[in-house]
Amino acid sequence: MKKLLSLMLALVMVFGLTACGSPGEKKPDKTEAPEKTEAPAAEKETPAAKEEKDEKAEDDKSASSDSDVIKIGVFEPFTGAAASGGELTYEGIELAYAEVPEILGKKIELVKVDNKSDQVEASNAAQRLVDKDKVNAVIGSYGSSNSMAGGPVFQEAKVPAVGCSPTNPMVTKGNPYYFRVCFIDPFQGSVMANFAINQLGAKTAATVKDISSDYSVGLVKNFVDAFKAANGDDSIVSEASYKTGDQDFTSQLNNVKQANPDVIFCPGNYGECALMIKQARDLDIDAPMLGGDTWESPDFIKIGGENINKEVYFSSHFTSEKPLNDVSEAFLKTYKDKFNKDANAFAALGYDAYMVVIDAIKRADSADPQAIRDALAETKNFIGATGTISLDAEGDAVKSAVINQVKDNAFVYLQTIEPESK
Amino acid sequence: MAFFIQNLVNGISLGSLYALLAIGYTMVYGILRLINFAHGDIFMLGAYLSFYVMTLTSLPWWLAFLIATILTGILGIVLERTAYAPLRQEARINVLISAIGASFLLENLAILVFGGRPQPFPVPEVLDRSIKVGQVSFNIIQVVIPIVTAVLLLVLHFVVNKTKTGMAMRALATDYEASDLMGININLIISVTFLIGSLLAAVGGILYACRYPQLLPLMGMMPGIKCFIAAVIGGIGNMTGAVVGGMILGMAEIMIVGFLPSLNDYRDGFAFIILILILIIKPTGLFGSTAKEKV
Amino acid sequence: MRRSQVFSRKNILGLLIFTAILVLINFLPLDNYYRKIINLSYIYITLALSLNLINGYTGLFSLGHYGFMAIGAYTTAILTMPPEAKDAYYNIEPIYEWLKNFNMPLIPALIVSGILAAILGFLIALPVLRLNDDYLAIASMGFAEIILVLIRTQFRITNGALGLKGIPRVDSYYLYGGVALVMIIFMLLLTNSTKGKSLVAIREDEIAARSVGINAYLYKVISFTIGSFWAGVGGGLMAVMVGTVNQMQFTFQLTFNILLIVVLGGMGKIWGTVVAAVIVTSALELMRFLDEPMNFGIFQDGLPGLRMVVFSLLLMIVVIGRTKLKGRKSRA
Repeated sequence: MKKLLSLMLALVMVFGLTACGSPGEKKPDKTEAPEKTEAPAAEKETPAAKEEKDEKAEDDKSASSDSDVIKIGVFEPFTGAAASGGELTYEGIELAYAEVPEILGKKIELVKVDNKSDQVEASNAAQRLVDKDKVNAVIGSYGSSNSMAGGPVFQEAKVPAVGCSPTNPMVTKGNPYYFRVCFIDPFQGSVMANFAINQLGAKTAATVKDISSDYSVGLVKNFVDAFKAANGDDSIVSEASYKTGDQDFTSQLNNVKQANPDVIFCPGNYGECALMIKQARDLDIDAPMLGGDTWESPDFIKIGGENINKEVYFSSHFTSEKPLNDVSEAFLKTYKDKFNKDANAFAALGYDAYMVVIDAIKRADSADPQAIRDALAETKNFIGATGTISLDAEGDAVKSAVINQVKDNAFVYLQTIEPESK
Repeated sequence: MAFFIQNLVNGISLGSLYALLAIGYTMVYGILRLINFAHGDIFMLGAYLSFYVMTLTSLPWWLAFLIATILTGILGIVLERTAYAPLRQEARINVLISAIGASFLLENLAILVFGGRPQPFPVPEVLDRSIKVGQVSFNIIQVVIPIVTAVLLLVLHFVVNKTKTGMAMRALATDYEASDLMGININLIISVTFLIGSLLAAVGGILYACRYPQLLPLMGMMPGIKCFIAAVIGGIGNMTGAVVGGMILGMAEIMIVGFLPSLNDYRDGFAFIILILILIIKPTGLFGSTAKEKV
Repeated sequence: MRRSQVFSRKNILGLLIFTAILVLINFLPLDNYYRKIINLSYIYITLALSLNLINGYTGLFSLGHYGFMAIGAYTTAILTMPPEAKDAYYNIEPIYEWLKNFNMPLIPALIVSGILAAILGFLIALPVLRLNDDYLAIASMGFAEIILVLIRTQFRITNGALGLKGIPRVDSYYLYGGVALVMIIFMLLLTNSTKGKSLVAIREDEIAARSVGINAYLYKVISFTIGSFWAGVGGGLMAVMVGTVNQMQFTFQLTFNILLIVVLGGMGKIWGTVVAAVIVTSALELMRFLDEPMNFGIFQDGLPGLRMVVFSLLLMIVVIGRTKLKGRKSRA
């Protein structure tokens, strides 16, 4: 009786809610009923989707390449730990979409799914894109672990995916269907090591890494390797760690202070890093603090307060200050017109990812996922907002990095570093 | 030496924050034998409310903090009335589940209302200044925190030991049924307990936000669990114990990393290892009396 | 108590329906997205039943399930990943040589995962189960967190924060459904045996149970160990379903989802748990739309988090509503 009652309650709530968002009613059956196949396709409306409703209904079963619509999945985190990265990236994608809403005489439709910054969710979301929405190509995701969870799904379905900012080498490794328009961690780590040595004259360095973040661990490893190669094995004087969500770094920083390094390399989430920099300056540590592309967020400056302006440098994909080329200049302008703020690297990468896909579709002259993949693999010297993009054998972009400094509560461009020729 | 004193300063300010939160756990547990899982989320709400009161109105920061603290206190009472009161006569496991549900509800409501990304917290300028004394450097807020904590503890000590309400609270903690028979208004006293616990959590949240000016919907989770551990270390139900437990935990986190840097990677586990050791060696905590098992 | 309760009409019917679904569902032309939800439902049946054994039947309030799942997931991943994949993906520090060539087929790997989780569960149970409910809740969670700290730091075994990929994926209903079926039968047999009844006796009144000669501590340890075993298997299944493992996916949220199933299905109810597992898993996926942009008027931008708000509310309503109906019960 009790059980029955609680189940009824659950059923009423769950399916009441499900029903109100979907035209297709689902029978509350304990079996995985076949009705589910009729589950609504109209759940994720994008602006274009509204007009396309009619075609969409017929489109569902047929092979997507024959239809009048080309669907591009946007596979990004809109909730969870990485939500802000997903939102910023989407702004860029939207902008690119507004510029090129159709290709090969067909309308493009963006299908947005939230991978929730979580592995199982990301895997489900990816599956939904390829099976339920039958997308022709995918863009995303911010956060390498999300991309990695989606990877096998795209590979199996033979749908190409283009990552905007996942910098972990493992994302594309061994997966011929995953590409990206950004550089990878080893490059970023060594860029900062060289910058520390050549521009800041550093002989010793300390590292503080987020042990729960693949990004931070990867960057620090590559920084350490490059730094040791130049300055000897003893040049890393202190290695400390913390975990995402930690707020107090005083004990680690006090150890770093004891070691008295010339620079501190501490890439990670912008929130934690801003707090760390603030606490380091409170502790009277004046060594320059270096980080990676995640720091490029207005909130990084707000959280850090006044102290963020003291000797803080980071590598990035892009600078809003100095356009790299014509595309970049145009992008900066439209972005500012639309969002009324300066563009950031993630939006620019989102923009580029979309444009690279469009370019591949154009060259393939087909919306067939396999043809798009093959064209993507051929991408050479594509001019994007973040610079010239060529994809190497792994599907990674070989491109330049820029180094920014935080000054007067803004990101100031310092220099561009070209990729080493392999 | 400077290294040790520097760690000591950092440890005291962290420990004081833990202590503020641990008291809330201990008070509720002492009376209801309930882990208020949502206590850490009340702490988070205190921080967010102060942010919104401060930015949405043009009130001076101290007034905004005061209003936010009171609002959070009221929320604490509402939480007790809705999530815990209906289950007061129930098996403990049901109350715990409800507490976890309440905690998840508050966290997800916060994500819904405040958004999932970190929110920079505008720290009043008076409370954010680097200070250097000899070779020891710190931020002024690190001194403010222990002082505020100490003052609040004195006030609390007075309330619990010298007022009628305090006496009723102690009576309730000693023997729930007998207090009922003695004509103590149990509902009122429990509400007051939640009010005091939540007020302290709110103050803790605001101080925390001033020290670590980044607000997150899940910011209360880890501190919440750690402070419960602090309360257990001190002997749950005992207020002095909670303060000492908070201090021990704060110090341990700073000092172990300071003096055994090789253990840095395992820092997250310290609190739990201490908890388990305490539970094996002295389950009643440092200041706790032996709990009696009611048949 | 009737002797033949295992083969009561309800149980036989339930098993028949379950098996029929398991077989017949293969004939439905479902795409991989739905297959995945179905498989996830099967995994959640296994996981929820294992938590129900600990929480529902034995009355132990353990929150540490996600730690055992993590152990299982990593063990299965490492044991089934081909050595070439290990060479390619351990790029911070190489995997231990002895571990690299340590490979086995999926089923033995799952069993090893379960056994490892069970050994750990046993070791944890020894000190933790001497505590009462609340301490147990926090201490079990503490152990789960310690497990995760170890996973994050042992790069040569787990690849640390980078996680693992290249785990051979399986999407056969028979694997996930089969394990769930075994679990259901196991639970039916266990709970209808004398030993199972002893567990319930301990839950209802430990002191009374002890006084009739039940070694309560021993039974609790056994129950916890068995529950951990199945949590490990469930974690392993999750790893082969997704194909990647990452320490970030093992959070308290996982225990919450499973706890929700147990509470909705009914503490100590097998079939209730099975039905609730299917409902909650499908609802978690179907209710995605709650978090996404909606088209009818008021909310334009989507409401991230709404889904979990609904679920937390549901949990509380069920717990509070159920006790209201049941009438008062003495304070434990």
